[in-house]
Amino acid sequence: MSRIEVLKTYKIYIGGKFPRTESGRYYQPEANGKVLGNICLSSRKDLRNAVVAARSAQGGWVVKSAYNRSQILYRIAEILEGRRTQFIEELIQQGSKKAQAEKEVNLSIDRLIYFAGWCDKYTQIFSSVNPVASSHFNFSVPEPTGVVAILAPEESGLLGLISQIAPTIAGGNTCVVLASENKPLCSVTLAEVLSTSDVPGGVINILTGNRKELILHFATHMDVNALIYCGDNSTEIKSIHEAAVDNLKRVMIRDGGGYVSDKYESPYLIYSLQETKTTWHPIEKIGAAGSVY
Amino acid sequence: MAEKDYRLSPRVDQVGIQDRVDRITKRSVKSEAKRKGLLMTLNMIDLTTLEGADTDFKVKQMCYKAQHLHDSFPGLPTTAAVCVYPNFVKAAVNEVKGSGVKVASVATAFPSGHSSSEIKLLDTKIAVDNGAHEIDMVISRGKFHSGEYNFVHDEIAAIKEACGKARLKVILETGELGTFDKVRRASDIAMDAGADFIKTSTGKISPAATLPVTLVMLEAIKDYYYETGKMIGMKPAGGISNSKLALQYLLMVKETLGGKWLSNEWFRFGASSLANDVLMQIMKQESGNYQSKDYFSKD
Repeated sequence: MSRIEVLKTYKIYIGGKFPRTESGRYYQPEANGKVLGNICLSSRKDLRNAVVAARSAQGGWVVKSAYNRSQILYRIAEILEGRRTQFIEELIQQGSKKAQAEKEVNLSIDRLIYFAGWCDKYTQIFSSVNPVASSHFNFSVPEPTGVVAILAPEESGLLGLISQIAPTIAGGNTCVVLASENKPLCSVTLAEVLSTSDVPGGVINILTGNRKELILHFATHMDVNALIYCGDNSTEIKSIHEAAVDNLKRVMIRDGGGYVSDKYESPYLIYSLQETKTTWHPIEKIGAAGSVY
Repeated sequence: MAEKDYRLSPRVDQVGIQDRVDRITKRSVKSEAKRKGLLMTLNMIDLTTLEGADTDFKVKQMCYKAQHLHDSFPGLPTTAAVCVYPNFVKAAVNEVKGSGVKVASVATAFPSGHSSSEIKLLDTKIAVDNGAHEIDMVISRGKFHSGEYNFVHDEIAAIKEACGKARLKVILETGELGTFDKVRRASDIAMDAGADFIKTSTGKISPAATLPVTLVMLEAIKDYYYETGKMIGMKPAGGISNSKLALQYLLMVKETLGGKWLSNEWFRFGASSLANDVLMQIMKQESGNYQSKDYFSKD
């Protein structure tokens, strides 16, 4: 008797859970003339739920020790390594050549390790003690921006996604991602990796769906503090800039592809999602010779 | 009047209650109906602070909030009342003067209800003398569980008398009663003893207000209304922190008791964080954008 193949249901990832979209809609992206699967067509309500999850996870994520965040990023890389073959297969399904797919998965793992290393180091690099002309101890430290929306690159379904997520969460932010519309398989599988790698629920939320439909809701949402747009559609970029004005969202425009480049390995990517806090501390007893604390 | 045997209060069909609640929670309220419902919800809130750390200033701040929910959006109603501990009644009455916002005070050894009758009466009297418009009393759950229903009844009646013109809300603390049958029984006792409102919880015990337990109490109010023609108010309190849930409560009231109960004269929400969520939803309806807590006053 021939066996009936069991097909995978691709679901979205919100608050550490795998719900279907509340809208009940789906779409069928194709590659090489073959349907990739039934993918959730997320609605703005899903976005809303994801932002709520990201917001409530943010407080807990930022107070984790930097070292612990580093361990968790490393753990994602470990689990990803264990699932290499699955990711390579999916990339091939989505139209990559085998060698290309292998390279993309390897680089993705390496990039996670790279940012895992930076978790407990970037604050030293970007902090400063500032000379001031009064009896104050004055210092500046970077703090996470908050909830970051990421419109993931269309072309680089895994590497591009990770290149945006890793620096975001390494810096203590939480994020809501809209995955590549036509190459969404890896993003859903990545969500399965995340849910088994000690990442607290809500720190990373992954939606699939139609970019055009959701883009303005991402940009206007008052509880999203920053938005990363990967791509080069000038109409979309303009409308994002306009819509983001309401709550003065940080908007960053990044590449739609080309994530193999090592310019995506830089601590400045972490820094771009940080706010600098400067503190004036009266000196009084601090530091003077013979002082007691 | 012969003493009533509250053991004969109707039993509650738990499965049936759950089933009706399930049907209500599956419905969705949209657009204009939602807008009206949200505004109505704001106007039904008893904005509450019942913390050990309360101060006169915190109470004043809350009283201001009750009257100025979100000034950048004109035309919003005030909340129905503010709810505070007895020693803050004076400060609160002073702050809400002329605004139509009422002052409710918890009394009778809130939240446990364990104290002597003298102290409970005095507690109530002081709150009333200081100008409280409404008294939220707790029943003696210990006596209730010991089956001393007449004691519970008489205690409520005595407090009611001490209230004078102030309206009396009777807190059953359903989270400590255990079963729907007991909730029904306690509701019957409270209404017979002269409660103007029956209220689910103190907010100090989990579970606090839930849809099923509220439905049981609404049914008791309905039966009492048919029997005596007297309307009794309902106040779920504790754990109602989002708009969707509030709208579900309103749906349930409308369908169980009818539109007559849909005013803050007969229905209240005891809540502290609900107001901001409702405000965010209203602003969402108005502007089309999802809102952030950052842009709404905390207290």
